[in-house]
Amino acid sequence: MRLALENLSCGYTRSPVLTGIDLTVETGEFVCLLGPNGSGKTALLKTLAGVLLPLAGRMNLDGRSWDEWSARDRAGRLAYVPQAHAPVFAFKVIDLVAMGRTARWPLWSGPTEVDWQAAERALLMVEMEAFADRLYTELSGGERQMVLIARALAQEARFLVLDEPASSLDFGNQVRMLQTLRRLVRDGMGVLMATHHPEHALRCATLVAVVGEGRIQQLGPPAEVLTAEHLQEAYRVPFLVSTVFDHNCQPIRICVPHIN
Amino acid sequence: MSGPATAAVVSERSSPTPRPGKLPTTISRRRAGHGRGHMAVLVTALFISVLVSLRFGAHPLSWPDLLQLQFPSWAGSAHTDRETVVALLYEIRLPRVCAALLIGAGLSVAGASYQGLFRNSLVSPDILGASSGAAFGAALGIMLSLGIVGVQALAFVTGLGAVIGTFALSRAMGGSHSALRLVLTGMVVGSLFMAGIAVIKTLADPYSKLPLITFWLLGSLSSVTRGDLWLLAPPVVIGSTVLLLLRWPLNAMALGEEEARSLGVPTGQVRMWTLISATLVTSVAVAVAGVIGWIGLMVPHLVRFWIGANHRDLLPSSLLIGAIFLLWADNLARWLFVVELPLGVVTCACGVPVFLLVLRRSQRAWSN
Repeated sequence: MRLALENLSCGYTRSPVLTGIDLTVETGEFVCLLGPNGSGKTALLKTLAGVLLPLAGRMNLDGRSWDEWSARDRAGRLAYVPQAHAPVFAFKVIDLVAMGRTARWPLWSGPTEVDWQAAERALLMVEMEAFADRLYTELSGGERQMVLIARALAQEARFLVLDEPASSLDFGNQVRMLQTLRRLVRDGMGVLMATHHPEHALRCATLVAVVGEGRIQQLGPPAEVLTAEHLQEAYRVPFLVSTVFDHNCQPIRICVPHIN
Repeated sequence: MSGPATAAVVSERSSPTPRPGKLPTTISRRRAGHGRGHMAVLVTALFISVLVSLRFGAHPLSWPDLLQLQFPSWAGSAHTDRETVVALLYEIRLPRVCAALLIGAGLSVAGASYQGLFRNSLVSPDILGASSGAAFGAALGIMLSLGIVGVQALAFVTGLGAVIGTFALSRAMGGSHSALRLVLTGMVVGSLFMAGIAVIKTLADPYSKLPLITFWLLGSLSSVTRGDLWLLAPPVVIGSTVLLLLRWPLNAMALGEEEARSLGVPTGQVRMWTLISATLVTSVAVAVAGVIGWIGLMVPHLVRFWIGANHRDLLPSSLLIGAIFLLWADNLARWLFVVELPLGVVTCACGVPVFLLVLRRSQRAWSN
């Protein structure tokens, strides 16, 4: 399955924050979206999630144009993971995860045994099964983010769109989350993730897009895109890119902002 | 989340693999039966409440009085003859009990739905101006001596008109319907009608009209007749049914419309049907029984505290508890003093302590 954006413009009002986006995400691909704050990453992801309407250009999902899909059908193919939030009402974790399957029933229906099991399976995949009966509002930011990923998994979509999922996670949870995502990509899912960590893109992505000044500045494999100059250009601070070796003496590239 | 410490360098081999064989089915089983126990208790409580309520009133009825209707052998120990009991029950008590059940259930379900839709647990079903609109219409009707049917019809029309006005104004202010703008516009429209009510109260005859208007503004079921049920029942039953059918998508709406849309929920449809149904229920309830405050705000709170936030269980339980609550409030209003109390006074007097208790206990739960 393929998600293709052609000459897409997106934004919150009529004036676009991002224009001329040409980007293709295949299932089995892990695409990372980098760019400074306010560069329009979230606007692009929300457009994909069906929250914002595209301002211009074309979006194709599975060979069909965006407007041919109903919100319901789209939700069955593309799942959106927002940043961890605090809802007003204290929903149980298992209820929240089951909400991922809402698009599968007619409007007046609710989850059945099959759906509860799918919700539990999704929690199991992010290793949060022990939290099923806890209240979502009582969880930490990292736990909430994992629950939201589980909800997207319960949706059983082929594409996963994540908005800075690492921003509220500690190092351990960041690594575990990326491992989960990478496993999903190996199993044939397509992932599009906005991130503020070039490290994560280097480690996981098959394709990296750097956005800035209202358009995609760089697009390509992580090793080509994530160079010191490109990152410096995007974030306007110096970057250090170097190589370290892991336990098996395999070279690993790292890039960090340089604070002097 | 406290797994073994993971090496700083991500290695493929340490990636956790799913365990498809091991599925904890305990949760599913618990889910499947969830809420059924509550519902059984509530239905039983409702049934008993109705039976007990039939005995209350200016002319108290004993159990043998009621039993003789079905079992003639009880007629010997009855204090009231059969014809009087039949007349009393079918003309006065049953209509009143049915109205209390319908209004209590309807206002509570409407309140729970509004709170979910607007993501605010302090919202009550009259937030869009339905009550104050209907109250204005009723006060106007009383001042113009329209008679009971005219008063109710005018109340219903102005109640609906106020909500439609809220929508029109909110749309005129900006392109799309944001929940916050809708609530704020509702408050503005509501206070406009309140001002109108104040004008009518100033102009109304202080001896014949003003007491009626005041009593009506505090809500009462004392004048409910069998004919009123024909006005009340269809909108309440239809509106509540629609709200009950939409209770799962309402869960997603309670996370925010953006998120609901990304989950594939047709948010416009859910919002429209929820608003129409809840407004219909509220307007007709106010038109028949006057302004009965607190119940639509308090009952959903109480239920949320008792069985949780999931609207799937919240709405049916709110419906039953709201019905039981208003029935007992009406019993108290009839029984407490020689003169009948306005129903709104009783719901407020009962509601406030319960509400404070819930607030206090839930505060404790949050701080843990």
